[in-house]
Amino acid sequence: MAPVTNLNVNGSSRTIDVEADTSLLSVLRDQLDLTGTKYGCGEGQCGACTVLIDGNSRRSCITQVGTVGQKQITTIEGLAQGERLHPLQQAFLEEAAMQCAYCTSGMIMTAASFLRANPNPSAADISHSMEGNICRCGTHPRIVAAIQKAAKMLNPTMKGARR
Amino acid sequence: MTGKPHLPVGLEPEPIALEPERYELNAPPAYRFEPDRRQFFKLLGAGILVMGAWKRSSAFQESGRSTRSGESLPNDIGAWLHIGENGTVTVYTGKVEVGQNIRTSLSQCVAEELHVAVNRIQMVMGDTQLTPFDLGTFGSRTTPTMSPQLRKVAAAARDLLIDLAATRWQVPRQRLVVADGRVADPESKRSLEYAALVKGQELTQAISAEASFIPPTRWTVQGRSLPKIDGREFVTGKHRYPSDQTLPGMGHGKVLRPPAFAATLASLDTSEAERIPQVTVVHDGNFVGVVAPSSEIAVRALKAIRAEWKTEPQPSSGELFEYLKKNAVEDNDAGSDSSLDDAGSVEKTLASADHRLQQSYTVSYIAHAPLEPRAAVAQWSGDRLTVWTGTQRPFGVRGELAEAFRIPEPSVRVIMPDTGSGYGGKHTGEAAVEAARLARAAKCPVKLVWTREEEFTWAYFRPAGVIEINAGLRADGTIVAWEFHNYNSGEAGIKTYYDIANRKIRFHSTRSPLRQGSYRALAATANHFARESFMDELARLVNSDPLDFRLKNLKNERLRAVFEAAAKKFGWGGTKPPGHGFGMGGGFEKAGNVATCAEVAVERTTGEVRVVRVVTAFECGAIVNPDNLRNQIEGGNILGLGGALFEAIKFENGRVLNGRFSSYRVPRFSDVPTLETVLLDRKDIASAGAGESPLIGLAPAIGNAICDATGVRIRSLPMVPDGLKAG
Repeated sequence: MAPVTNLNVNGSSRTIDVEADTSLLSVLRDQLDLTGTKYGCGEGQCGACTVLIDGNSRRSCITQVGTVGQKQITTIEGLAQGERLHPLQQAFLEEAAMQCAYCTSGMIMTAASFLRANPNPSAADISHSMEGNICRCGTHPRIVAAIQKAAKMLNPTMKGARR
Repeated sequence: MTGKPHLPVGLEPEPIALEPERYELNAPPAYRFEPDRRQFFKLLGAGILVMGAWKRSSAFQESGRSTRSGESLPNDIGAWLHIGENGTVTVYTGKVEVGQNIRTSLSQCVAEELHVAVNRIQMVMGDTQLTPFDLGTFGSRTTPTMSPQLRKVAAAARDLLIDLAATRWQVPRQRLVVADGRVADPESKRSLEYAALVKGQELTQAISAEASFIPPTRWTVQGRSLPKIDGREFVTGKHRYPSDQTLPGMGHGKVLRPPAFAATLASLDTSEAERIPQVTVVHDGNFVGVVAPSSEIAVRALKAIRAEWKTEPQPSSGELFEYLKKNAVEDNDAGSDSSLDDAGSVEKTLASADHRLQQSYTVSYIAHAPLEPRAAVAQWSGDRLTVWTGTQRPFGVRGELAEAFRIPEPSVRVIMPDTGSGYGGKHTGEAAVEAARLARAAKCPVKLVWTREEEFTWAYFRPAGVIEINAGLRADGTIVAWEFHNYNSGEAGIKTYYDIANRKIRFHSTRSPLRQGSYRALAATANHFARESFMDELARLVNSDPLDFRLKNLKNERLRAVFEAAAKKFGWGGTKPPGHGFGMGGGFEKAGNVATCAEVAVERTTGEVRVVRVVTAFECGAIVNPDNLRNQIEGGNILGLGGALFEAIKFENGRVLNGRFSSYRVPRFSDVPTLETVLLDRKDIASAGAGESPLIGLAPAIGNAICDATGVRIRSLPMVPDGLKAG
């Protein structure tokens, strides 16, 4: 396989030089110094490494960089617009939906993808969609509340969440 | 608004000392490194060869080596607090942040006493070069010891600032007031910012012994829910955890792991790995590792190493509990095995009791599985070493490094960036020592991040244990005799808070098949599981309601209050759907009182157990930060769900069989019940820590609820790793 020399990350084209079978996670962290994306398990089981690829959540630890091509990658560093936090980031702060916060980037990126397809989710929908993300500190109820809050911020016209 | 408020009775800060504790990680250092050549001659030249002698350290709770106590704390304000020329208040503490949000609550303490806005405070934590010595962040000690210490420092600084202003303005200090980072003289309408008074100078004055605190009834900053002060850094991905640290010219390290615990290297061939460009291979005794320009190349180099290991037969999880009983140490000279609590005559009373019951309970080894695995970046500069690493004991890790490399402690600096959790699992410095050894060989800074499998295997575990209880009752439900034996899991929470005249309570240390150490709430989880499950069994014996039975045998008002509060909120005694059961459990640990009520639903056909609802009532004195306390209580319960229901380390012959998240089940979103918390705020009682005790009532509450739903009594943790079999 030919080495990969270019990656679209957070809206800009970045020059890299890695083997195609390198994990996207280590390219982001070690080559591009985007350390907001975390290593948690290396087998796609914990969700700490979740990023968006063309808007869909992907486990970067089990994604080979050679499979990404020219698709758009978004990491936690690319979510806010300047100083304005993404509604999910704002809601996580407001709901204190974190303790050590090591899982937080992965939670937010997974939720960002989920909310795109489910603008008005119930708590049960959210819980189901977040099943692949591990939080060891046990802030799950707060994370669900934060995602629900963010959904309302993103879609203020929605009339109350489904139950 | 100042002066010298008097401290209400009972609010005196506890002295900074560790309570004697529980169990200890009795492991010798993992490696005996050879001194490097230059250092070897230096040591010979000095005529001494300092070998770190391993001896069983005294019974402190902490896991890990280099236990040291009695180190006196600096008594000058400047060691703890500095007021910068721009008005920033920098506070120094050896405590560390692992998600318990102590950075926030300690800032609240300082802000309160110093009368400055919280956002003017910057906490420097866990840096052995900058912060005063600290034994470590464990045992729920930060709130009862470091909070009063920093409040004392801040109060002393506040008094000093008033003195400075009084001298400057030539007015009596009594008429000056402090507020919002300024000293003011209301009479002359003059005021000055702290920064203008101090002018950046160090506050060398001593901390007055009589510095007094603002009592909880007059708190305005404490007692309020302040969110994580630097939360924005975390939701934007900017915060640099230990595994995110980088240095220029840094290499990536990997360590070759043996196939089993206690294995020794029989043969080694590193020639193929050494042929990979820019790879350094390190071999020192049983330590084999590589350094490469990237983690991928390091992995490739590691795979190219051919090693044969000599292994020994070792016990397996299938025979664990027999092993622990069989290998109990019966001698009484080790301190921790001595009589713990003896009163009256258990044997005589048992013989004459109306009812007798004897039961045995077990708990498995579990892993902390912090989401950020062990990580370190090590950098040598001559004989000086700096390591960034995630540990609950930066000073302890400094000692480990000094010992491993035979250098004086002042030559080692350990820096602990806020870390991806610990739960008692990061008391040790394995990754720090390994990264430093690799960096010394590669002659460049080295980063080492353990894989998930390494963290599951080569960290340490919460101890497994066997608990036996034997008790006697009068016909009216009064417990008259209580005998309690704990094998291996530990002494935390072993004593009974029920009022029983005749008691015999013992801890028996045993040989442990796995490396074991601290874990959030320590053995209090195991001891409360056994005791509070047994209380339910006793209640059934005399056909008593579990709440009534507890209250009948319990005088402690604080504990009664949480049981009653939890029961009320939960609707104890109310109706429940078919297949559902109610249960309760509670107790006292680390100065916190907790009662937990749980509702479970058991699916009869599949045996699936679902925890539907958990109500926790908690009281730990005056509450510093209510929402953070709720967060800790919720988190403790969710972490505790795993150990209660399904977490267990499976091992065989020195190998961990389920050391991955795909095979070791931790609680996930679908496991989480509805959580309700009742906080009892006792402003008349000094604040205790709350990171640990909230979870101790959970396992027995669930077990009792399962029994209520099905009649099946489960006496082992985890209770339903594969669902309820006998249901």
